[in-house]
Amino acid sequence: MSLALHLPALLVVVPLAAAAVAFVVGPRAASWIALVTGALTAALAAAMAWLAVTTGPVSYAIGGWGAPLGINLIADGTAAVFLVLVGVVGLAVTVFATGYFRPATADDPGPGHGMFWTLWLFMWASLNALFLTGDVFNVYVCLELVGLSAVALVTISEGAEPLRAGMRYMFASIFGAMTYLLGVALLYGAAGRLDMRQLAESLDHSVAAQTGLALMIAALLLKTALVPLHFWLPSAHAAAPAPVSAVLSALVVKGSFFVVLRLLLDVMPPGYLGDARVLLGVLGGAAIVWGSLQALFQQRLKLMVAYSTVAQVGYLFIIFPLAAAGGTVLPTALLGTLVHATSHGLAKAAMFLAAGMALKRYGHDRIADLAGAARRTPVLAATFALAGVTMMGLPPSGGFAAKWLLVGASLEAGQWWWALVVVVGGLLAAAYMFRVLAHFIADPGDRPGPVGNLKPLRTEWVPLGLAACASLLLFAVPLLTRLVESGTAMVGAGVIP
Amino acid sequence: MSPAIIYSIAGAALFAVGAYGLLVRQHLLHKVIASNFLGSGVFLVLIGLGRRSDGPSSDPVPQAMVLTGIVVTVALTALALALIKRYYSATGLTTMEPPEPEEGAR
Amino acid sequence: MSPWLPVLLPAVVSLVTFVAGEERGRLRVAVNFGGALISAVVVIRLAVDAYAGRVHTWEIETLPGLAVGLSSDLLGLLYATVATVLWGVTLVYAFGYMSHAEDRARFFGFFALCIASANGIALSNDLLTLFVFYEVLSLATYPLVVHSGTAKALAAGRRYLYYALGGGAALLVGLVWLHVLSGSLAFVPGGALASVADHVGELRAIFALLVIGFGVKAALVPLHGWLPGAMVAPAPVSALLHAVAVVKAGVFGIVRLVNEVYGPELARSIGVAQPLAILAAATILFGSIVALRQDDIKKRLAYSTVAQLSYITLGTALCSPLAAIGALAHLAHHAAMKITMFFTAGSLAETHHIKSVSRLDGIGRVMPLTMWSFAIASFGLAGLPPVAGFFSKFPLGVGAAQAGEIWAVILFVTSGALAVGYLAPILIRAARRGDADAFGDRSADEAHDAARRRPESDPRMLWPIVTVALLALAMGLLAGVPGSPLDWAARALAPSFVGWTP
Repeated sequence: MSLALHLPALLVVVPLAAAAVAFVVGPRAASWIALVTGALTAALAAAMAWLAVTTGPVSYAIGGWGAPLGINLIADGTAAVFLVLVGVVGLAVTVFATGYFRPATADDPGPGHGMFWTLWLFMWASLNALFLTGDVFNVYVCLELVGLSAVALVTISEGAEPLRAGMRYMFASIFGAMTYLLGVALLYGAAGRLDMRQLAESLDHSVAAQTGLALMIAALLLKTALVPLHFWLPSAHAAAPAPVSAVLSALVVKGSFFVVLRLLLDVMPPGYLGDARVLLGVLGGAAIVWGSLQALFQQRLKLMVAYSTVAQVGYLFIIFPLAAAGGTVLPTALLGTLVHATSHGLAKAAMFLAAGMALKRYGHDRIADLAGAARRTPVLAATFALAGVTMMGLPPSGGFAAKWLLVGASLEAGQWWWALVVVVGGLLAAAYMFRVLAHFIADPGDRPGPVGNLKPLRTEWVPLGLAACASLLLFAVPLLTRLVESGTAMVGAGVIP
Repeated sequence: MSPAIIYSIAGAALFAVGAYGLLVRQHLLHKVIASNFLGSGVFLVLIGLGRRSDGPSSDPVPQAMVLTGIVVTVALTALALALIKRYYSATGLTTMEPPEPEEGAR
Repeated sequence: MSPWLPVLLPAVVSLVTFVAGEERGRLRVAVNFGGALISAVVVIRLAVDAYAGRVHTWEIETLPGLAVGLSSDLLGLLYATVATVLWGVTLVYAFGYMSHAEDRARFFGFFALCIASANGIALSNDLLTLFVFYEVLSLATYPLVVHSGTAKALAAGRRYLYYALGGGAALLVGLVWLHVLSGSLAFVPGGALASVADHVGELRAIFALLVIGFGVKAALVPLHGWLPGAMVAPAPVSALLHAVAVVKAGVFGIVRLVNEVYGPELARSIGVAQPLAILAAATILFGSIVALRQDDIKKRLAYSTVAQLSYITLGTALCSPLAAIGALAHLAHHAAMKITMFFTAGSLAETHHIKSVSRLDGIGRVMPLTMWSFAIASFGLAGLPPVAGFFSKFPLGVGAAQAGEIWAVILFVTSGALAVGYLAPILIRAARRGDADAFGDRSADEAHDAARRRPESDPRMLWPIVTVALLALAMGLLAGVPGSPLDWAARALAPSFVGWTP
């Protein structure tokens, strides 16, 4: 049996084992383990994507036990997109963290920072598992694992505010997970299945099944921080250390969104929970507008970036009201959604890392006091500007490709108002991004210059690289197209009228 | 009324109590306990569903789910308590926000 | 030879300039001049090929069913050549002008990026590619507008962004709509929309959206508001970008849109060309009249640009072969003339601290070469032979007459008179016998002394002015020769008008 057949399992096992090892050794060795593991896991994700394109969707029965008793891992093109995203962003964050968590001075030892590597590898394993899982109960477990490590990561900074934000995050996370599990219970009661593929074949219109699925989706919305369930996100994402914020905003919210996508597109037939799909779109639109407006008025860089996440998450939900329309609407919208998830992941990670650079170098992240950053810290300003190109959806960024596809899908479906929301969202993003960039370019006057530095300094190129990837993602769209077209492992869509 | 329904209703009630506690109560320990209520409510619903199938043996899958859920809940509770302890020693507070004057939560 | 090179080379120059940083000035100079020189050679090679009928194409797939692609056709190369050649000249001027400025790495980096995107716009072989570079150009211009970082510059930059990004959004919606409707965004001489010609309502709406998008950069009234404010930018930016690369991107978009997307025939028959022509005519009158009242030299020139750009738009919208050719030739002619004027304005401001028309008295005696160059450009802009301007306005007028639009002929004559009205005062004042010693900041002795010692500006600024003025003259004198802008324009547009040959 070739090793390639075990790729799905390896994607989970490798970072998990490394997490355990990193826990035992010291922080210095742990950072090296994380680097090596990160490179390996990213390579495994790329291999997985290649496999998905060449051989089609891969299904893997853990330990040889298939559904219904065992748990299936499923790796199709959609999952591979997210796995690769986790790989790329994860590796970049790991490299950046080696500079960020190295004690810059004697008075900044960062006590909890030794735990970063273990928790981060643990979260990486959980995220990979979440994107691979084909079982609605296993989703619950993965969500909890991601949530546990995320909360712990938020609170590794010193001070009361990270603890407070972490606990708010934790309680929201627990509530979401338990609601999800309640939904699973009801669904299992109605359908007697947990495996997504089997569910797709046996789903009926009973009240219990519909309620169960609705509860599950509502819980996932809380975890994805879709307006109005976003209350926990800005504080948690802003209070965490920058590399953690990057992972939370770029990857973790995508995890729960991915499950929503699976449930609504692959498990449920088109039209199932029809009105709820429109509601999701409406909430997505509200998120775009509300999050952008909030971002526009933030005084601190990290909070601004966090609210930008609230806004950008909204775009991911435009697909649901469009999905039922015929023609090429669904493939176009799905591709647009995946491109958006990818480019937002890259760019948002870059932005949070850049905010971390600002914290390290200036000792604060007050936007107004960062005047002159374009001259004093050009790499920081360039990172922000390039990431902004994606947020605004200007070519040749991935954000542009996503907007193009979503607008196209909306117009083709005859639902022009979604196109309007997408375009207005781009303009609002431009407003909040250029507000920051204008400060960067403004004359610094007598504001204090940089006080500290990243060590080693070369890690500051990492976020710039991520942002550059995001802003050139238009040229990678054919790769994503091939992944999406490689088919879904689910067979359910359209089975039940 | 079949036992499954009774279990489910009781579970839903527990869940509601837990949700109320989590959202309304300010004291952090109350929130942790309320979280456990949530879990117990869901587990009860699952156990009830496990008896759904007729015959002597019950469906093993819900029981496996409950076991897994309990493990996760224990881990979460431990994390929550550890965080609360750190938070208390850092701030001396037992609520998320500083308490209102009339509330004697401490 | 790949049509990517004219885009790639300035982009590489830009990247190297950024990465080299502020300190490595020599590397910056070497890379910029080297890049500009090689780019010019490449563009001219491509043009020679295109004249011989060899068009190179290069494209890669991006979005499903769409590609980003460039092709070196004559129409695009005309604009690319203008931008690239003038880039080299402007660089000489800019290194003189910016010799004491801060943030030069940023300035020259974005400057090169602007040229890369202008060349991209020029050589795009479909609307998607054009849009990609169009938006890059929008963004790359912003740091140049706000270069000084002052509150005034930032306010002008904000205003510019409102217009540019708003226009970009209209463009995006229009393009996606067009793609959903017709399935293709490619440029085809004579138009590519025959198969969907019966969707008149949708085609009109799309045309309106696209004109709004291009109209911002083309400074069509009422979308011109950003341009005068953007004059706060350093002079080389005003000269190359706000007279050539950026604003011409807008009119070039309209040229492509009318001639190679809708096609002159369809644009006329569904009734979108006429409103565009009227809008352009209004812009010409508006710009010319407002220019009369400006005392600030750069502002006066900016409003003149507003008016002159609409010559191109109007000529295109008339949908008659000769007018369209005159319009396209004017794209090149106006570039050479207007860049001369902005260079002059920059020299006056930098060397003698003169920014307004009312303080020009006698400057002609101090800076004879500079002001003679300005005079040549002025004659051209007013439409006097043998400077280039005449050779675009004449075909414009004849074309309008052939199309039966006599009002347009009258308009061209009127606005020519208005151009005399706003340019003559500058020349007359310059020629006056003024107090030759009393220039610049009269209170500052240092500036005063400097002005006496070196009446003409830094040679790095002076010779570019003379060069572009002579270029404007040459474009006119040699208008009948193959390779001149007029001849070039005629060959580039002939395929768009079926049954018509130059």
